[in-house]
Amino acid sequence: MHASSSRRGSGLTLRRRERIAGVLFVLPDLLGLALFAFLPMLLALGIGFFTVDGFDSYRFIGMANYRRMVHDQLFLQSQRVTPEYVAALAPSLYLSGLGLALLVQRQSRLSGLLRTMFFMPQMVSLVVVAIIWQVLLVDKLGIVSQGLSLFSVANLSLLGDPRFALASLVVISVWFLMGFYMLIFLGGLQDIPREYYEAARMDGATPVKSLFYITLPLLKPTSFFVLLVSAVAAVAGSQAFDLVYVTTKGGPANSTSFAIYYIYQEAFQYSEFGYASAMATTLVVMLMAMTLLLFALTHGGRFEQGQ
Amino acid sequence: MFVTAFKPQADVFSLGVTPSHLTFDNLVYVFTQVDFLRSLFNTFFVSAVVTAVALLLHSMAGYALARLRFPGREVIFLGMFSTFLISLPVIIVPLFILVKSLGLLDSYGGLINPSIFNAFGIFLLRQFYLSFPRELEEAALMDGASFWRIYTSIILPLSRPILAALAILLFLANWNSFLWPLTVTSSKNLWVVQVAIVSFQGQYSGSWNYVVAASSVVTIPTMVLFLLFQHSIMESIKTSGLK
Repeated sequence: MHASSSRRGSGLTLRRRERIAGVLFVLPDLLGLALFAFLPMLLALGIGFFTVDGFDSYRFIGMANYRRMVHDQLFLQSQRVTPEYVAALAPSLYLSGLGLALLVQRQSRLSGLLRTMFFMPQMVSLVVVAIIWQVLLVDKLGIVSQGLSLFSVANLSLLGDPRFALASLVVISVWFLMGFYMLIFLGGLQDIPREYYEAARMDGATPVKSLFYITLPLLKPTSFFVLLVSAVAAVAGSQAFDLVYVTTKGGPANSTSFAIYYIYQEAFQYSEFGYASAMATTLVVMLMAMTLLLFALTHGGRFEQGQ
Repeated sequence: MFVTAFKPQADVFSLGVTPSHLTFDNLVYVFTQVDFLRSLFNTFFVSAVVTAVALLLHSMAGYALARLRFPGREVIFLGMFSTFLISLPVIIVPLFILVKSLGLLDSYGGLINPSIFNAFGIFLLRQFYLSFPRELEEAALMDGASFWRIYTSIILPLSRPILAALAILLFLANWNSFLWPLTVTSSKNLWVVQVAIVSFQGQYSGSWNYVVAASSVVTIPTMVLFLLFQHSIMESIKTSGLK
């Protein structure tokens, strides 16, 4: 593998051929990502300083879009909804993912079956997930609503009441995502040497003690990963958008108007592309801050054990 | 929950878990009264093309990033890795403007091209190729094989299992995608199934039977795929989380 052993027919050294091949192999994906991921980020930054009218003409307006945000009640509302969703979702996914992983970690037929069952929702599109849950939650007629009325909580509108709509979306998101995080935790659990548990048992430790003194400390990197990734995903709206679009459309009373949904509305319903881009830029800044935090806390993206 | 929702039945609510009778009317309606077949074809076509092209490009990039030494490799990998955090909803507005200025709005090209490039596949394959022993290519290099030949005749055959798992993940992700097709297409004959379902929902509000029937048609293939390949799908996700 060294230059000395490598003069070949073409006249290029092996080292040079390797360089050329490396660049050529990586080039198509690199160009594609540059065009369809990086360029849009830069564009968002740029377009945020313009106002765009229906005929695609751009007029430079400086910081006006950013000043508008500060006074836009709907934008401010969306800036409250997103953190609320994150604050509810990330811990719920941590607990449910870890709980399910502990439940199904044993190698048995039943565990395998349960794993499949819990992971299954991941394979369904969010559109269909949203529709299933809407059918379940429909006012008065849905199964959940009917079930609740047995406990004399009649006329509860879970998606139609500003007090419950966001919470309902959190529940749906957890149901959809927990199987994914279960798998991540299973991966983490697999890496814990069995001997630790055996040694602990010899010393008379109860399963609860093993959980708190072996499992949880050794799962720290995984837990970090789960909390931060789920928080970033919740802000970035990968799941929330589809769910909101199908179920609540941001309502009732804007209680589920996520930043990403409000941005989409401004752009594609009101053709406010400039304003929407400016708002998207603030979101990108937030996500970058979260990612930097993730990098800082995990020593450059590596999730090693210990310090 | 699942069972009830997937039963195409006329009276969705009143019956609870067991339907009074099973009816095929909803399904027949979905296929005859609206052009759902066309949407199914569009979805299949787009997902298949994206999956095939993505597998080729990602395995090439993953191979280069894992095993070939060239200037800028670490920077390129970090750059690609950082696109993980760029989710579609965040860049949807500029992406739309970009695709519009490329003249790809409302076309298969507009549906397919932006969906190909995704850091997850590159990352997964790079991780996989890092585990290969170094001697693997050395003999071939001694014999004067080109890197392209090594890639096609050594690397690709060895990555069949992971490519299969990734293919299924990519296909399903595209089959299930909604936001981008919703944004980039406007004419009905380019609709993908997820968009078609949502438009049903808007058109026949209250006619849950049609919406649920269409949803079942769309979901059953993904369930079958998943059940057939569940082991490799779940393994590849388990290992992708931390490394």
